This record gives sequence, C-alpha cells and structure tokens, in this order.
Amino acid sequence: MFFSPFISKPDSVAQIMLKVILALIPGIALYVWYFGPAILVSITLASITALATEAAMLKLRNRPIGPFLKDNSALLTAWLLALSIPPLAPWWLVVVGTAFAIAIAKQLYGGLGNNPFNPAMVGYAVLIISFPVHMTHWLAPQGLVLAELSFAQQLQYIFSGVLPPSLTLDAISMATPLDTLKTHLHLEESVQQILNMPIYGHLGGQGSEMVALGFLIGGLYLLASRIISWHIPVAYLGSLFIIAAIFHLVDPTHYVAPLFHLFSGAAILGAFFILTDPVSSPTTNKGRLIFAAGAAFLTYMIRVFGGFPDGVAFATLLMNISVPLIVLYTQPKVFGKKGKQS
Amino acid sequence: MLSALLVMAGIAIVLGAVLGYAAIKFRVEGNPLVDKIDAVLPQTQCGQCSYPGCKPYATAIAAGEADINRCPPGGEEGIQKLADLLGVDFKPFGGDTNAPKPKSVAIIDESTCIGCTLCIQACPVDAIVGAAKQMHTVIASECTGCELCIAPCPVDCIVMLPIEEKISNWKWKYPVYTLNAVETDRAAEAALQRTNGRAPG
Amino acid sequence: MRKLFHFHGGIHPPSNKTQSTQTAITSAPLPTKLTIPFHQHAGETAKPVVKVGDHVLKGQLIGMPDGFVSSAVHASTSGTIAAIDMQLIAHPSGLPNLCATLIPDGKDEWVTLNPVDYRSHSVAELQQLLRMAGVVGLGGAAFPSDVKLRIGKQKIKTLILNGAECEPYITCDDMLMRERAAEIVQGAEILRFMLDADEVLYGVEDNKPEAIAALQQAITASKSAQQNKSHEVIAIPTIYPGGSAKQLIRVLTGLEVPSGKLPTDIGVQCFNVATAYTVHRALAHGEPLLSRVVTITGNVRKAQNYEVLIGVPINELVALSVALSDTNGYIMGGPMMGVPLHAMNAPGPAVQVPVVKATNCVIAASAKLFPPPQPALPCIRCTRCVEVCPADLQPQDLYWFAQSKEFGRAQAFSLFDCIECGACSYVCPSHIPLVQYYRFAKSEIRAREYDKLLADQARERHDYREHRIEREKREKAEKLAAKEKAAQAAKLAAQPLTPQQQTEQAELAARREHIREVAQSAVEHPEG
Repeated sequence: MFFSPFISKPDSVAQIMLKVILALIPGIALYVWYFGPAILVSITLASITALATEAAMLKLRNRPIGPFLKDNSALLTAWLLALSIPPLAPWWLVVVGTAFAIAIAKQLYGGLGNNPFNPAMVGYAVLIISFPVHMTHWLAPQGLVLAELSFAQQLQYIFSGVLPPSLTLDAISMATPLDTLKTHLHLEESVQQILNMPIYGHLGGQGSEMVALGFLIGGLYLLASRIISWHIPVAYLGSLFIIAAIFHLVDPTHYVAPLFHLFSGAAILGAFFILTDPVSSPTTNKGRLIFAAGAAFLTYMIRVFGGFPDGVAFATLLMNISVPLIVLYTQPKVFGKKGKQS
Repeated sequence: MLSALLVMAGIAIVLGAVLGYAAIKFRVEGNPLVDKIDAVLPQTQCGQCSYPGCKPYATAIAAGEADINRCPPGGEEGIQKLADLLGVDFKPFGGDTNAPKPKSVAIIDESTCIGCTLCIQACPVDAIVGAAKQMHTVIASECTGCELCIAPCPVDCIVMLPIEEKISNWKWKYPVYTLNAVETDRAAEAALQRTNGRAPG
Repeated sequence: MRKLFHFHGGIHPPSNKTQSTQTAITSAPLPTKLTIPFHQHAGETAKPVVKVGDHVLKGQLIGMPDGFVSSAVHASTSGTIAAIDMQLIAHPSGLPNLCATLIPDGKDEWVTLNPVDYRSHSVAELQQLLRMAGVVGLGGAAFPSDVKLRIGKQKIKTLILNGAECEPYITCDDMLMRERAAEIVQGAEILRFMLDADEVLYGVEDNKPEAIAALQQAITASKSAQQNKSHEVIAIPTIYPGGSAKQLIRVLTGLEVPSGKLPTDIGVQCFNVATAYTVHRALAHGEPLLSRVVTITGNVRKAQNYEVLIGVPINELVALSVALSDTNGYIMGGPMMGVPLHAMNAPGPAVQVPVVKATNCVIAASAKLFPPPQPALPCIRCTRCVEVCPADLQPQDLYWFAQSKEFGRAQAFSLFDCIECGACSYVCPSHIPLVQYYRFAKSEIRAREYDKLLADQARERHDYREHRIEREKREKAEKLAAKEKAAQAAKLAAQPLTPQQQTEQAELAARREHIREVAQSAVEHPEG
C-alpha cells in the first residue's frame, strides 16, 4: 500500500551526482591540455578505490550495495579528491586518500547523506598532513620546465616511483603558483616582481588559470540546470574578492590582486563543486551566504597567513563544523508566521 | 603568587555568596520533580509498579527508591521519557514487572452483574457508575484500563477489551522503508521457504 | 489588471486535464444500490433518523446533524433502507464507518421542496437551512458551509470563490464553471450577502480559459447591479498548490493567514465554486446536496465528468467510462493528495466504496501512469523540497525529526503548518515518502495530546477520589466518636454513681482531654 502523492518528478540522486561529475569535464579537459594526461590516471585510480571501498564498507555495514554504488556519490568524491592531489603523486597516495575519504569520512558517519564533513576534503586534509612532501609535487604547465616526461614515463613514476635516469624530481615538478608566491614573499620580494616569473599567467598561474576557467564553465552549467543555488558560489567568490581587494588596496606590494586569488588554487572548484556539497553545507539560503562568506575569509587567512599552500580544504572543513549552528540560527519564517501578525 | 591566591579566594567568596543568596531567593516550595515525573506517568493508577498509584511511584522515583522501568501502561516510550527527564539511561522492562499490554477498557457483563459495588470501590478514577443492587457500567472514555476492578468482582463479570481501531482513533503508520534490501531479501526468502514448505509438492 | 501576489515554492506536474474536458457533464444512471455514509463531512457524524425497512423519498433527511460542526445527510433517491451498519468507505485506514444502504425503487420520487428567496430570510435562518440541506465544502475537505458562514463580529472584506482546481487530472470544477456559471455566480451572491462581503473574487487558474470566459459572461449577464460591480474573475498562474485556500488567498489579496488562525481573522472567506453552486441549489430550489460532479479519468477508455448521486459505488461509476484492462487500482481525488482505494498492486474490494460529498475525481491507475515508488535513498539535504514548499517549511528537517520520532522538535519546526500538498515528495530525488512521515508524526502528536488530556483528567478524578475517601474516613470517625460519647453519657445518666466514682470519672475525662490536646498539638507542630 502506498499513499499520495502518486506521481513524482523523474529525478534521482544518481542523476544529480552524475551531472555534477559531468560538469567537471571542461576543467579536466583543460587540465589535460595544459598539464598532460597524468591526471586521468589519478582520477581512474581514485574512482576504482572509491567504488571498492564503498562496496566493502556497505558490506561490512550490512547495507544494500547496489543502490548505493549506483548513486555516483562515491565517484564524485573520488574525482574531487583526485583533482586536489598532484597528478604525479605516487599511486598509494591516491589510494590511501580516497579510501580514507570513503571509509572514514563518509561510511563511518553513516554513509550517503550523513557525513558532516566533505569526504573529499577530509581525504585531502589527511594527505597533506601525513605526506606534505608528496603533496607538493605539482606538474608544471607544458613548456615551462627543462624536461618533460612522456605519458609512459609518468605512469612508471606514479606506480614505481622510478624516474628516467637523467632526471630529478625537481626538474619536472614545481610548487603551485600560490605556494611560489608565498615562498618568494618570505624572501622579501614584491608581488610585482614575483608575478613576472614565467609560471604566472594573466590571472593566476599559467595553465592553472585556464583550468579554473574550465571549472567555472562547469559551475555555470550547474547553476543553469539548478543543481546548485547561486548563494554559495556568489557569496564565496564575492567575499574572497572583497577581502583580497581590501588587503591589496592597503598594501599592493605584499598582497596580490583579488582576481589572482579567485583564479588560483581551488577557489573556483571549491566555490562550485566542494562547498556546494548539499550534505555538508547549510540548507537555508541565509545560512549558505554566511557559510560561504566564512569559508572565503578562512581561505584567505590560511592562504596568506597560514602554513598550507591553499586554504580551501581547511576552510571547508572548519565551516562544515559550524553548519548545524548556522542552520539553527537562519531558519526562514514559515507561511503565516511572517510580518508583525502575532 | 599571593595576589593570585587572593584573587581566587575572592572570586570563590563572591560566587559562594551569590549561590547562597540564590538558594534562598529562588527556593522552590514542594518538589517540582515529583510533579514532572507524575506528568509523564499515564495516570492509570493501576499499581503495577507496586506503589499505590502514579503519584506515590513518582515520589519514589524522585527519591531514588524506584526504577524507571516499572510502569507497563507507559510502555517503553514512557521509560524513554522518564530517562530523558531524569538524565539516566533507558532501562528495558524486566524482572518482576509485567510486559506492556495493548490499551484496553473494562466492560461489565450487565446480565451477570449483581450490583455489589465492589468494583466501584476499587476503581481509582471513579469510572464505574451504579448503586447497590443496581447494575454497574463502566464509562469507557474514563476507564484507564488499570484492571483493578477485575479481582474484586465476586461473579467475574468484568472483562478487559482492547480498544478497537476506528476511523476516529486511527493513526497513520510509520512509513515502511524498503531500503534495507539485505534484510527484506532475507524476509522474503524466509516467507518463500515457508510457503514452499506448505505447498503440496 | 489586478496586482497578483506569489506564494513560495510550488510545482508544475503534468496537468492531464484535457482528456476529461472533451465531453459535457453527463448524469450517471441510477445504480442498483447506494451506500450513504453518515460521516461525509468534517466534524461529528450525523445521527441516523431512519430505520431499516423504511421507505424514503429523494431528498429525505436520513442523518440529523449532531453537534456544532456537523451536517445533514439525505437519501439520494427514493427507495428502501436495506441496512444501517458499518461499511467500507474511502479512507486511508481501510476501516468501515456507519452507512445506510439504500435500494432505489427506480421512481426517483422527490420530497416536497421548499425553495426560498434568500433576501427575505435572516442570515441565521439561511445558515440553518444550509446545515439541514447538508451543504459542505466540495473542494475536498468537506467542511460544513454553515459553520464557515458563522463569522461572529468579523468584518469580511473579500469573499473568494476557489475555482483554481490545481491538482492534475481533476476537471469537475472546470466543467461546472463552463456549464453552470450562472448558478455559481448566483450562489456566490448568496454567500456574499450572508457574509456581507465587499467584493467577490473568483480565482481560476489560467489553464481554464473557457471557465473564465463563462464566469465573466455570467457576471455581466446577471441582473443585479451589485453583482456586476463587486464580482470579478481573476486568472491566476497555474501552479500547484495554487488552489489551497491559504495559498489562493495570498495570491489574490497578498494577505497571509496567520499560522493557527482562520481566513476570517484577516477579513477573507473562501468557498469552492461547486459549493457556491450547491448553496444556490439548496436555497433557490430547496434541493439538499444529493449529487455532485465527479471526474472519471486516468486509465479509462473515455474520460469525462458525471453528475453522480452521493452513495453510488465507485466501481459502478468507473464502469461507465470503461477502465482499461491493465488498470491496477483507483485513486479517489487527485494524484497529489488523493486516497488510494486499495493496495495498488492487488485489485481488491475497496473500489466498491461509495461516492461521497468530497469525491471530486476517481482516477483509474495503471503501472504506466503511476509507477510504484522507487526505493527511498537517504536524504542528501539537497533542499529541492525547501524550494517547492508552499508553507516555507524545511521539509528535510521535518523528515529528520519525524523519522527519528522527535515529535517535540518537529512541532517546534512548524510541522502543523504543513498542508500535506505533497510537493516535497514530488521533487525528492531520493524518493523519500516525505508527506507520509509528516502524516505519521502529526497523527502521533495528536494521539499523544489526546492521551495526555485523558491522563490529566484521570489524575484529577483520582485526586478527587483520594480526597473524598479521606473526607469520608474523617466523617465516619467523627460520627463514631460522637456516637460513643452519646452512649457513654446515656450510660452515665442511667446509672447513678457514687461521689468517689464521679471524681474518678471526671479525673479520667480531664486526663483524656489533656492527652488529646497534647496529641493534637504534636500533630499540628510536628517539630515542636
């Protein structure tokens, strides 16, 4: 016996997750274009690990495996995590990070819909705290370093850690633009001097700014198809811009221009794909604005004054903690309880 | 070092004074806890808790003399409410306490009743009307189902009838979750085996 | 053009209305038997006033209103009362209720009708007439109309005629407006007169242009100048649940009925267009509510609207439209809020339940039209439900509280402001039967409040009993003491005592008195 309503909109969790995954593709395509296909290896590796871990955990928890594997949520976590890890990271790093994200951050909290933290960001945080060195071996955009690895050589390095005999790791990898900026600012160089370095492009890092643009396109698709609401991306990017602008206006030699912050690191990816994770973000619109603004503030503080190369992951996790409180205090008025009527 | 000690001592004295004053100023007469516990109890006055009524049981709980799992009419939910109220752990029914029964009302078989008034005297909530040598009747809406009238009846003309489900008291059921395929599969399998077992060949 | 307002949320399910608007309303033939429930309205069940075996005429009272919120029930045709007993009715519980079974004699013979001119009666008299004519809201809730017209001292500014009919499939109001607009307008004028309202607004969704045109024409053609001036048809945007009273009031007037209050508290009252039609028939023709328009649609060969007598078994009615062979169940009402007539996947006898005053539509269901719900996944807090909730609730939170049985918190999050429209369930990508959880939580909370009330009353009676027993004991003891004293005195008087005995007696009495005093003071001052 089932009851009204007897009709429902043809929509499902799996479709929503799939659309979010598809929206990542422009960014990934540009990633491959500028940095080579190594990222595809980590995405594949992460996907397999995520599905295997999810299945194993569901089995241990005595829950049905089929419907949950098909909901695509584990895949999405895997893709987001893979995009946060350097493509040349050893295979076990991807596997450990993904397994932790799925097993601990998602399934141990009760699985789909019950995780208070964004699983991908938990995975990232664990990796950057446990293996900080491995997490800094980013690929340079093509044409910027002395030597480039062929895809076969990249594969070999990822799975065995062996480089071609003539090369060192430093010759093929480099720090991220944000990291480089921070390092050089410590060397008392001015922002203008640093930005003249070849790794910087028009807005952010060479290549990485284009990848960010790709994610922006995907994000706009998510907005247009109403998978996410505008509140989090707009509030996040807007707040980040304003905070960065204030610092930049006060002291332009030490604080880089706001657009650089938007197009560096994981700001765009975070604004549209990570902070908008429905499970770990607020459910009220006002709450979303507060949540995103808080995340932007924390991101900027960690980037500029903190010890980590990027702040998106920790900002997300810190704001995740405060979600229940934010939601509690931003409850909208119910129909018939608005205005001054008693 | 000395100043720190003095500061701490000063704070202690001030706070102590405030607490002492508050204890006098906001003193509550009577025992509000007993009333709160009594409000949670179902007021059947059945005595199954071994106390002579709900209020005495509430008093005993408040005094720490009685366990919270001695009230079958309140059900497990009642225990949960008491546990929440008192900040203690839930305790299932057990030991000498009866298991909870479906809610019932007493019905007097009017043709057998001899009008002895014993049940009227036993009813803790005055839900039985009648006079000596006259037939007695239970006011169904006021009967708490305590069963205290059954034992005194010399002709055994009182029975407990479970309250029938009618449209007026019907409740929506908890939606059945079909998600746990593992369990439902097992249940279906078991049902299948049962039917198979019964089927001829 | 009048300024219209919005309410939050709403959905656009496929309307599926054109199938049943191709043919005019047809009268359904007399069935072989009628089952007329005594509880077809909100409030108290009507009291049967006929006996088994009685011959009744069409329109004869068979159920007397019993209580303030109650309404009369009539025989829908002439015939013999074959039974008055518990019969299955269309209720989600599947439980039976008190019904009269009427075997028609085929003559369809009326009682004497007493048409009245509403202008020559007081409002109170008109209310009584409507109550005895069994007029209730025909929009679905079946609330007695006379009660809605008892407004006390409230000034009613706006009377709203609800012709929105926002649920998919249903077209009974649409067809009634197209074909009987003049009578609806006359009924609306009666209601306006009774409420002394300043204006009458007909809210009709803009997917019913024919109905809008018909109403406008009827208003222009109406003889009363008053009517031309104060009646206005307004096309409102088609969105579900735009036909819910509170939402319609908001769209037309911009006012929000405060939570827990009535529309009359803000000077608005709302009636369904079909109710207005019935009011007109009841007064101007003296006809009690015996029939209504019912849409038969869905998985049938020929979907259309029928004028159906109250009490007609739904299976006989559906047979007129010929249900297709893959029909696996029926829905009474719309697909968003209707009642399933039995387990959808196993055709059962429940489809024999009668048409009642609230029956606006019967949809034949098939697995193709109404696929069984997909298994529910956990809530991912995507807030699509929040986006569509017309009551501005947080359905995902209410679901959480309901499923974990945290009823107190559910109430704190305004559970009882939920109108059970089903929009949240409709959009849920996890396919959670959200409304089902809210219904469960609401009925549990109501049951608990009722139990609490009973417990409080039981406590009061118990306390009183204790008090009474105490008093009786005391009185008995006092009586006994008095008796003893009297007996002793009599004894004393009967037997002359020696002076020595007398002094001993006096001493004894004094000592007793002293002991009693000491005991008394000890009782009064336990510490002392």
